[in-house]
Amino acid sequence: MARRYEVRLAGTGGQGAILAGILLADAAIRDGKNVVQTQSYGPEARGGASRAEVVISDGDIHYPKVLQSDIILCMSQEACDRYGGQIREGGLLILDQDHVSRAPTTRAVRAPLTSLARQATGREIVANVVGLGMLTALTGIVSREAMEAAVRDRAPKGTADLNLKALAVGFAEGERIRREAR
Amino acid sequence: MTTEPSARLMQGDAACAEGAIAAGCYFFAGYPITPATEIAEVLARRLPQVGGRFIQMEDEIASIAAVIGAAVGGAKAMTATSGPGLSLMQENIGYAAMTEIPCVIVDVQRLGPSTGRPTSPSQGDVMAARWGAHGDHPIIALCPSSVRETFDLTVQAFNFAELYRTPVILLLDEVIGHMRERVTLPSPEEIELVERPSTTVPPEWYKPYENFPADVPPLMPFGTGYRYHITGLHHDERGYPTNRSDEVQPWLDRIFRKIERSLSEILLYDADGIENAETLIIAYGATARSARYAVEKARKRGREVGFLALKTLWPFPEEVVEHAAARLHRVVVPEMNMGQIALEVERVIGRHKVRRVNRADGEMIQPAQILAAIEEWA
Repeated sequence: MARRYEVRLAGTGGQGAILAGILLADAAIRDGKNVVQTQSYGPEARGGASRAEVVISDGDIHYPKVLQSDIILCMSQEACDRYGGQIREGGLLILDQDHVSRAPTTRAVRAPLTSLARQATGREIVANVVGLGMLTALTGIVSREAMEAAVRDRAPKGTADLNLKALAVGFAEGERIRREAR
Repeated sequence: MTTEPSARLMQGDAACAEGAIAAGCYFFAGYPITPATEIAEVLARRLPQVGGRFIQMEDEIASIAAVIGAAVGGAKAMTATSGPGLSLMQENIGYAAMTEIPCVIVDVQRLGPSTGRPTSPSQGDVMAARWGAHGDHPIIALCPSSVRETFDLTVQAFNFAELYRTPVILLLDEVIGHMRERVTLPSPEEIELVERPSTTVPPEWYKPYENFPADVPPLMPFGTGYRYHITGLHHDERGYPTNRSDEVQPWLDRIFRKIERSLSEILLYDADGIENAETLIIAYGATARSARYAVEKARKRGREVGFLALKTLWPFPEEVVEHAAARLHRVVVPEMNMGQIALEVERVIGRHKVRRVNRADGEMIQPAQILAAIEEWA
């Protein structure tokens, strides 16, 4: 079986965890990978737990859900409490420290995704895409070009520039963290 | 893996909608319900683009009624719903079976009963698809396990409906309906389409329920000069109500026969590793993906595991299952319900040979659960 990369993006309904999953999956296809994206959310339009799961592989993907995450992005305390510990050894846990104060490990990468989004674009709503930018820079699981193309094509109508800006901010933050870690 | 230019990310519900368009669906009537709403959403945009009609109805009863009406008018027609809506549609699904009007009913299964958990998957409507409408009637139900298969089986559902003048139920589940997956859709020339049997006999000779030819009489569209009667009452060859037993029983025999004589075309499945198997897994829908994962793991551990993925659930592929399990004493049937297809498998091969793996808590069956069932017996 080809190596599976399993990504879980979790937050509160309305934060865009599922859109982030769709963007990541779309980018993976642009990179020539196989991908499956699934979601889990409550009956509410906003609020309630919401998560997207993305499985990326060079081969067939049979089981479509996450078994043990390689990468987790948590955008709420509830999501972190629930999924933060379910990570593969050597995996990457990214937390939006504007919403998450308690982490299950000191190894988590913390960044103020919501504040970064607000400062760079004036809109907190794109914190999810800031997170995606960070995730892309930190893991290289998809290429930056593919991620940008996915955002350009799939961002809600009229928000492509806003989201591309958010992606760039996240990518720069990810690069910075990576440099510091060296 | 290389990227074909046409490879794209697509949701199961969207693939169902695109499959309907590719099949020549011209009419959709429905009422939104999670997790089937995206099918309506896509078709509301796409059908007008191809000259078709989309109507949002006041409820599911009206939706299936409008679909049946459109089909009598000559259109390939479809509706899509989930469990609660399927319950409401059952009377008119029986009407479509009784009047032999082709139509496609998509049920994206969510956790029931009742309102249940609207956003969570289940395979709890398998028996409802078979026996939800009262009275004896045949039905065809298909069940895909990937986005591409959703496209293909939607086309197939229309083809079967038209070929056999029968309602066809397409059973998705929330996982398959909402899942987005890398997919390459076939080009139009690769898609085999079937048109409804027609006739050139003059209108005054036409009998809509005649046993001619080959158990499936032609269905002429209303509005083309062919005037005939349609009723949910038992009817004679011309469609008028009858109380004559010697007309009712032959009709029932015929509508069962028209499906049974074509089983080799209708029964769709994938089988592998059956010949050397010590254990057989039978699965369908989203659970077939968990099962496939578990089968590959088990084979790596040296277990001889056969895999039968069912795409046609109704009519139940009795002979296929009987043949696949003939030498075996261990058959594992995982499903996201309390045991529905397992009942059929047990009926065919005997209860003591079957190990059920059930889950009805709104989560997919995990490969580890199926692996455990394989190992338990090994």
